[in-house]
Amino acid sequence: MKHAYLDQYSSIPSIINRLDSRLKIAGLIIFILAVILTPQDSWIIFLLYAALMAILIYLSKIPPIFILKRSLRILPFVLMTALFIPLMKDNGIIIFRNIIIKAYLSILCVTLLISSTKFYFLLKALEGFKIPKSIIMILSFMYRYIFVVHDGLLKMKQARDSRLCGSSRWLHLKTNAFIVANLFIKTYERAEEVYLAMCARGFNGTIKTLQDCRSVENGK
Amino acid sequence: MENKVIEIKNLDYSYPDGTRALSDVSLDIMEGDSIGIIGPNGAGKSTLLLHLNGILRGNSHIRIFGLAVDDKNLPRIRSKIGLVFQDPDSQLFMPTVFEDVAFGPINMDMSKDEVQKSVQEALKKVDMSAAVNRVSHHLSFGEKKRISIATVLSMNPGILVLDEPSSNLDPRHRRQLINMLKDFKMTKLIATHDLDLVLELCSKVALFDAGRIVAQGKALAIMKDKALLEAHSLELPPSLAKP
Repeated sequence: MKHAYLDQYSSIPSIINRLDSRLKIAGLIIFILAVILTPQDSWIIFLLYAALMAILIYLSKIPPIFILKRSLRILPFVLMTALFIPLMKDNGIIIFRNIIIKAYLSILCVTLLISSTKFYFLLKALEGFKIPKSIIMILSFMYRYIFVVHDGLLKMKQARDSRLCGSSRWLHLKTNAFIVANLFIKTYERAEEVYLAMCARGFNGTIKTLQDCRSVENGK
Repeated sequence: MENKVIEIKNLDYSYPDGTRALSDVSLDIMEGDSIGIIGPNGAGKSTLLLHLNGILRGNSHIRIFGLAVDDKNLPRIRSKIGLVFQDPDSQLFMPTVFEDVAFGPINMDMSKDEVQKSVQEALKKVDMSAAVNRVSHHLSFGEKKRISIATVLSMNPGILVLDEPSSNLDPRHRRQLINMLKDFKMTKLIATHDLDLVLELCSKVALFDAGRIVAQGKALAIMKDKALLEAHSLELPPSLAKP
């Protein structure tokens, strides 16, 4: 099992990493709100935001190139949604460049938050913010099983590569489609089995956490 | 007199697609027994285990600690039967070891202190106390197996049900697992192909094939019966096969 962990830099000792994750999430929300509410083309303020992000990234001791690479991965999605704005409005170009700048600043901040916080602490913080338990549970399952699914995919790819000896590209494409289909079925079966394992340990449809237990202890 | 903890009478079960998985299975298990459920692949071993805590319901009469397996008794039965699945990645579904081991106790409405205490005790029993705050996907396979067992021990079950506990384990971890299970005094049901493990841990054996019990009795007597084992796709356990 070799895979880069999603939060590989979350345990390095730095001020940012040690901060309470609730504080970080609150900070993120304030920063994003501020970025959104900043008037168009306020270049000096944008620069200040960027400088703030640079300082935070420096303090987090996470390699800037890592943050940069990761944040750039999300940018294409913004581009795809914003691409048609210049064609539809008169001042479209201005809106377009502001959207890109604001989106990228927000993405940088989110990337820093995710990279500098253990996923588990993020979930705990969300719990503290009273986010519905089912959403936290879904996130938690996603994090737990993304590695299992990824392993399954790696194994299938290795099995494919061990048996492919220079056949046509078209066949590769077809094999990949089968791998994806197989992955879907495996994921479905896994979900069934996990559900059974949950039921076997008394799960009855209501998600409970340790926080729910306190009231029982106090007899309230 | 010994207490009957599991009573199964004439259990039949077919999968939704019509495949017959179990036919006319009757089995009584006494308190403190250690039973090996053996048989070839697809013999119905795992299907039987899923009936014990009501995940599957055949048309039969099953009683666990005298309780019929029905909706009313399900919560009590599930807290009495600790079922460990074969794949630890299915058994461990929470982000951290603590939350996984605490999952059962929290669902049993224990108080916060009780939950914490039972988690600590369960982890101690599998010698994994230091792992309490670790993340499940960072554990080794052997560690995952141990934690899987801890996830049901924390519920303090009367019966421990294990599906292929030694599969995929290297000899050292298999040995550790066997020694650990030897120390557990509760009733145990172990479905496995690992006949040597059965010889070490189980006093009785039920041999399944094609959904039926074809033989049951003292472990050693069945394990020595070369003709019987080979007739049902098994072979003498290596420790008995030596000349």
